[in-house]
Parts: sequence; C-alpha cells; structure tokens
Amino acid sequence: MTTTTQPAAATKALPKLPWSRHLLVTAVLAVVLIPLPMLLDPAAEAVAIRVLLFAIMSISWNIMSGFGGLFSFGHAAFFGIGAYSTAWLQVEKGVSPWIGMAVGVVIAALFALVMGVLALRYKLKGAYFALVTLAFAEMLRLWATNSDLVNRAVGYHVPLRPEESWWWMQFAPDSANYFFIALGLMILGLLVSILFLRSRAGQFALAARDDDEASAALGIPVVRYKVLTMMVSAALMATAGTLYLQYYLFIDPDLAFGSAMSIQAILPAVIGGVATIWGPVIGAVVLGPLTDITATLLRNPPPFLDFLAGRGGLDVVVYGILLVIIILVLPKGIYGALRDRWSRR
Amino acid sequence: MSLLTVEGLSKSFKGLRAVDDVSFEVEQGAILGIIGPNGAGKTTAFNLIAGAIKPDAGTVTLDGKDITGHPPHKIAAAGMARTFQLMRPFYSMDVLQNVTVAVLAGGASEKSARDQAAGIIERIGLSQWRDSPTEGLPTAALKRLELARALAIKPRVLLLDEVLAGLVPAEREPVLGLLEELRTQDGVTLVFVEHIMAAVMRLSDSVLVLNLGQVLTQGSPQEVTSDPRVIEAYLGEEPSA
Repeated sequence: MTTTTQPAAATKALPKLPWSRHLLVTAVLAVVLIPLPMLLDPAAEAVAIRVLLFAIMSISWNIMSGFGGLFSFGHAAFFGIGAYSTAWLQVEKGVSPWIGMAVGVVIAALFALVMGVLALRYKLKGAYFALVTLAFAEMLRLWATNSDLVNRAVGYHVPLRPEESWWWMQFAPDSANYFFIALGLMILGLLVSILFLRSRAGQFALAARDDDEASAALGIPVVRYKVLTMMVSAALMATAGTLYLQYYLFIDPDLAFGSAMSIQAILPAVIGGVATIWGPVIGAVVLGPLTDITATLLRNPPPFLDFLAGRGGLDVVVYGILLVIIILVLPKGIYGALRDRWSRR
Repeated sequence: MSLLTVEGLSKSFKGLRAVDDVSFEVEQGAILGIIGPNGAGKTTAFNLIAGAIKPDAGTVTLDGKDITGHPPHKIAAAGMARTFQLMRPFYSMDVLQNVTVAVLAGGASEKSARDQAAGIIERIGLSQWRDSPTEGLPTAALKRLELARALAIKPRVLLLDEVLAGLVPAEREPVLGLLEELRTQDGVTLVFVEHIMAAVMRLSDSVLVLNLGQVLTQGSPQEVTSDPRVIEAYLGEEPSA
C-alpha cells in the first residue's frame, strides 16, 4: 500500500444510518395521533383530515420529484385515476372502495410506467418533463369530461348508505374512522417513502437523480429506476384519490385531474422541504389549516381588514405569499433549514 | 486473445471526424496509455468505448463479446468501468454513500455494501474524507472518489480519463502507486488518457498516440516519445518536461 492512511480514521466506526430513527418517529407519530379525534371538535377534525390528505399527496409527489428528481406538474393524473377507479367501480359495478383503491393503485402505477417510458425515452428533462406530466393530467381531464363511460363533466356522487360500513368506507360525517383511514394511509406513505429510500432501488434512484451518466457508468439502468420511482409515487397518490372521494363523496373531472390538485401535492413539500422525509408532513400541517383560518377571517374580519369582508380567494393569496417567503427565506423548506441548523452544531 | 479490442472506431460530429478509424488491442492485465494534443479525440474515444455515445462505424469487443453501441449500464455490467475527466460525484451524498451506491451497483448485498465501501475508501486513501459531503472537497479527493467508485464495481477493464489532472506532484505519486497495485494485485486492465508524461512513461506497457482523431502511432513509451512525428504533433519541437 503506497498511500498513507491515518490509523485514527481507519478505525473510525461507520456513521449510523438515519432509517431506524425515521421509522421510530413514524411509529411515535402514529401512536400519538390515534387519540387525536377524541380531543378535536368536528370542524377541527375536518381540518386534521385535510392535513393528512395533503400530507399523503405531498409525500407521494416528493418521492417522484424530490427523491427522484422528476418534477411532476401533473400529479393530479394519479390522484384522479385513484378517485375515478374507485367511483366508477363503486357506482357502476357495486364494488367496495377498498377494491377500487387497489385497482386505482395498479392503474396509476401502469399509467406512470407508460408516462415514464415515453418521457424518458425521449430524454426529456426539467421543465419539458414537467410539461409532459401536466399534459398527461390534462389529457385525462379532457377525456373524463367528454367520456360517457365516466359520466362526462357531471362526475360521480358516492351513493349514501343507510348505515356506517367499513366495507363501503362510509361513516357519519363526523366519524373518527375517516381520520383513522387517512392517518393509516399517511403512515403507509411514510413507510413507503422510508423503505424505498433505504432499498437498493431507492439508492439507485437518488444516484440517477444526482447524475444519470455517472450512474449508468456504474452499471445502473437509469431509466428503469426512474420509472420505478414514478410508479411508487403514482401508486401512493392514487390512494389519496380514493380517500378524497370517500370523505367528500363527490368527484368531477376538474377536481380530480385539474392542476389545482397537482399544485396541492407540490406545495406542502416545497414549504416543508423537498427531498426530505418529513418536509411534506410539516408543510401539510402548515398549509392544511390555512383555508379555514382565512375563511374565518373573511367571514368575520377584524376592523383593519374590513375591506376583505365577504370576499373569496384569500387562502390562495396567502398560499402565494407564504410560498414566496419560504422560497426566499428558507429555500430548503422548513424541515430542510432546521436539519441544516442541527447538523451544523 | 486480447481482453479489449477496438477496431475501426469512427465518429463524426457535423462533418468533423472526432474519432477516425481508431484500432487497438489491450491484453488482460496490461496498461495502455493514450496521449494526444487537446482535441485529438481521446475523451470521445472513451465515450464510444464506454457506450456514452454510439459510434458511426467500428466495433468494440470485451472478452470476445461484441459490446459496440451497447448502453453504458450494460457495458459497465459486462466489466468495464470508467472515470470522468470532470469529476461527477453524487452531490447529495457523502463520500461513503457515493461509494456504497457503486458497490451496490456492482451487485453486493445491501448488508455488506457499506463495509465494502469503507474498505475501498481506506484503500484509496480517502478515509479522511469518508463522512464528508462531496460539496467542497478538494480536487485531489474528488479524483480519488471517481477512482473509488469505478473500482467498487470490480471492473476487469478500467478507463481512466485524466485521473491525475489537477493534482500537484505530491498528490500524484500515491495514485500512481495505487494504479500499479491494481494491475499487479487485482489484475485490472487499465486504459488511461493522460497529459502528464512522467506518469505515462512510468505506467504504460504501450502508448497509443492520437492526433486529429486518428492513430498516429503505437509502441513502447520509449519508442513513442522518440518518434519525430509524435514530438511534432504533441510534445513540441524540443521535448522538455
């Protein structure tokens, strides 16, 4: 050996990996949140469910766009596939939404496969890739709007059942069960996120994001792992579609496939921290209640905000302002900035 | 039979013949140095061999298997690794993670990958930087990281693109020693592009000289450096270090 090695460095123990800590936090989060419905009034519980829904959507977006580096501006495509698969099977065929969810997951993953192979086959990157994802979502929106198969622009109402039923995923509006299902799906999303990143496939996806040529030179089939990342992300997003349908009992093409839904998947991750495990969750906690806070403010504004009385859309304005502030002040998001500060100590 | 055979390799970019009918062979365990002035087609030749770009004509054969125009990941899996002239670390990962991914790509189990990576890092002399992010690493460390990652997939043939460039002489010596050791201990076949003549003279069994995309000559280091055409094309009129 001609190189000089430092004996101290040579015996240095390998640093601990973060995975078991992430899994532990996930478990703690699940246990802590289970009793939450007992503490919340119905209005607050509705906010909590929306927070969880945002979190699931953004965890999904973060897998593809944060860890996979494939910017999606059309995540509504996968959301809508989940919602519509569930709605169509339930309304037209009388199939349980749980099965609808599973079918939606499979179709969304296959859709991501086609989308990924096409987009990556032509080596689309950055803004061009993002535009293709938007185009795919818009394509589905237009198809749903014009197809008799899925009731055109009318969409679907979930038929109300006389009694609560787990099989039909339908409960009284203020039932804690919706919260438990949403919580379960978010915990599932976190587990998918953590276990995927820890796996060989996830590590290859990160390498391919960082530098696809260098990855290929090491023998990593870059396109295969990028497409796989998209499929995992799409599958998770589809479950959010089912949850949305069963909780709000209604879906139409603009809700399901519109870009507003895609943006709601992006914002929590951007605000909380892109390409971090916890960023989407933290972002969802910040953004979820905003709509209600602004709505309350508009209904009953304090004297200095009198001019706002009765107007709508304040939440969108606040979203925008918040986004600008976060991007300027905390470009790595809330969690990203906190993590950097901790690790610098 | 030669481990790596390149025959009639050609590639043009908009009419410019970047690589023009280049042929050479490398025996198992041999070290081939490739020299040539800037723009001679050295890096393009590497890209053609490693599959990063497809040749217009010619064949590349690795251990009797035609790999011409195969995608880079298949060529890597077939046993050929390369380093990049401009270092390309995985920027979101520290040095250990960079090498661990490469070890995984080489087929190691998830359990043993980190230990193997740490072993390679120690061997390459990167231990000091093992847990550092790649951002802000000195050039010498990044060059070694390129080498560590390439070695992690246990290649039979290693293509090195200016692995010594940007290193001060004191930093070159350990890398040269390591490359010699790779040949003697691991039996790795090396093909390296290099501008630093002292390194070419010391390592190479044979030297290939490229000029304007074509093979000017090939021979032992002594033969090549005393060839007047090489001196004219590359070393300058008066060969002086």
